[in-house]
Amino acid sequence: MKRPNSKIPELALSLPTMGWLVVLFIIPTIVILLIAFRTGDPYGGIGDQWTVENFSELANPVYRGIMVRTVVLSVLTTAICLVLGVPAGYCLARAEKKKRDFLLLLIIVPFWINFLIRIFAWKVVLHPEGIVKNFLLLIGIVNDQTLLLYRPGTVLLVMVYSYIPFAVLPIYAAAEKFDFSLLDAAHDLGANWYRAFYRVFLPGIRQGILTAILVVFIPALGSYVIPDIVGGPGGEMIGNKIAQKTFIDRHLPHASVLSSLLVLAVMIPMTASLFMKRRKTVGRGIIPG
Amino acid sequence: MGDFLVFEGISKSFGELKVLDNVSLSIEKGTIFSILGPSGCGKTTLLRICAGFEYPDRGRVILDGKDITSDRPNRRRVNTVFQNYSLFPHMTVRENISFGLQMAGFDRSRISGEVDRYLELIQMSDQADKKATKLSGGQMQRVAIARALINKPQVLLLDEPLAALDLKLRQRMLVELDWIHDEVGITFLYVTHDQGEAMSISDHIAVMNKGRIEQQGTPVQVYEAPTNSFVAAFIGDTNFFETEITSIEDSYCRMNIKDFADGVIVYNDKNFPQGSRVYLSIRPEKFVISHAEPESHRKRNMVRGVVEEIIYMGTHTVFWVRVGDYRIQVRQSHDRFLLDEKIIEHGNTVCISWHADNCYILDRYDERDESLLTLPDDDVTVAPENIISAGK
Repeated sequence: MKRPNSKIPELALSLPTMGWLVVLFIIPTIVILLIAFRTGDPYGGIGDQWTVENFSELANPVYRGIMVRTVVLSVLTTAICLVLGVPAGYCLARAEKKKRDFLLLLIIVPFWINFLIRIFAWKVVLHPEGIVKNFLLLIGIVNDQTLLLYRPGTVLLVMVYSYIPFAVLPIYAAAEKFDFSLLDAAHDLGANWYRAFYRVFLPGIRQGILTAILVVFIPALGSYVIPDIVGGPGGEMIGNKIAQKTFIDRHLPHASVLSSLLVLAVMIPMTASLFMKRRKTVGRGIIPG
Repeated sequence: MGDFLVFEGISKSFGELKVLDNVSLSIEKGTIFSILGPSGCGKTTLLRICAGFEYPDRGRVILDGKDITSDRPNRRRVNTVFQNYSLFPHMTVRENISFGLQMAGFDRSRISGEVDRYLELIQMSDQADKKATKLSGGQMQRVAIARALINKPQVLLLDEPLAALDLKLRQRMLVELDWIHDEVGITFLYVTHDQGEAMSISDHIAVMNKGRIEQQGTPVQVYEAPTNSFVAAFIGDTNFFETEITSIEDSYCRMNIKDFADGVIVYNDKNFPQGSRVYLSIRPEKFVISHAEPESHRKRNMVRGVVEEIIYMGTHTVFWVRVGDYRIQVRQSHDRFLLDEKIIEHGNTVCISWHADNCYILDRYDERDESLLTLPDDDVTVAPENIISAGK
């Protein structure tokens, strides 16, 4: 069937979004990349010379540890969010309409409270005199000296807490569209529960899982507030270093170098996944390999 | 009858709703057994109980002498062809068909050989690497059948397998299904609401309504000798007459039908006693309609009426003939329609006659079943006097 002019409205419709992204996302990213190649000035501004010297900053051994920690914490956060989010999405999609609406509300309710306040709330909960600590003391799991706050584990806990709704919602959206009679079919053909889940359900909500990975992993990499509040020096992430370079050292080119590193860390897996998806949809033969 | 697959007193309720009420069936090995009924009669639930997706509140399912009532679906040697096929959308045709064998843990080369064989059976070898979602309805249907059959189930369950197809394709798939059945020879349990499908494919039919089996038998038995008004009206079309038996003559009985001038003689196979108030069912095609009075015969009943409506259907013509309060549907197939038949026209007074063996006294009658009958458009055929009385 011929659809006349189908290209033109498509373009017109996506133009506002494209404009928004270009102005508020692509241009600032390019500006940051450019600043990374400028000298700094003594007043915390940007100098007028081009240089590559800023990148020697990366040689500082302190970043290696922080970068590794950032990636490990982000990967773990994403993994835990998926492990918890997939069953949650499954249950939500299978729940009765009334119950489901209520559960969805429960997921959304925390968003009514400011993000910062929720992070601070964790500080209260995990405080050395706090309720969790006292309870764990009581049952003898920890001793008086144990710190619950200011360690990488705390950062992980709070990140999972913060990002899990972003994992659950796309997974639920995909699971809601999933045809559950396919699980019946899988059982009918001899699959036990686990294999039906793994071979039929997970591929069925693949798109939701990919979205969940993106919306958790990318913000997790750039986390700044969470490690800043509950992380302490042992829980620092690259976001904290960028903030430190910007606000304390007042050396924007150095901050830009670190930001570029982060952008690269996000772009590489994303481009790879995009490339893989393209190859799947375009089909074999067009892109060799 | 054999007892390869047996349902024994199955009852099932969903909340307040009683879906199956003490259903018992036994199905012979290697046959095509149909469960026929209107939507909501519980036939799909019965099938799901057999597949293991539901468990009955009461009763047992016995397959080949083994009680499988509480076995999980993946433990039963039963496979299902689902109404919407439920092919795995992320898999190709080949992957779909091989799924069952993979679950059973066969090695690769064996699976691939078997899949090739079944692809050939459904004539889709050239489509093996297509995604399941890219197939047409008929192709999906065939893949669904192959995917189920490859596991060599003891019983293949088919849940309205043709409902999603258009008429021509449905007829072709029906022939194909029958052919596949002859080829593999396993027992088919076929659930449908389409009486034409059930009649043409089955060795045996059970007619269900409101969670109960109304009647079971061969297609011929069910059609020719319905035991109650539901079966008579649901399968094919019929005319109901309310009457009383006035006398018994050997295996026949005489009865009076209101507005029928002469008494009517009917074969009394169920031995109703004299004086019973009964309902009579006569299929439209059992009547002979003619201008002239037919030769009278001891076992031939005849009544005069006026033609109210004529619907020409190509293979046959349907006449609606008014006899007193009754509007009788008569179906006449054409022998030499345009050559020397004297054509019956609207308003003609005609004789309709039928043989005493060609009608059935019903065990049970429910007035609501009349809604299943085809009736001509009421606006056209309501007689003037009826409009007046309705207006009062």
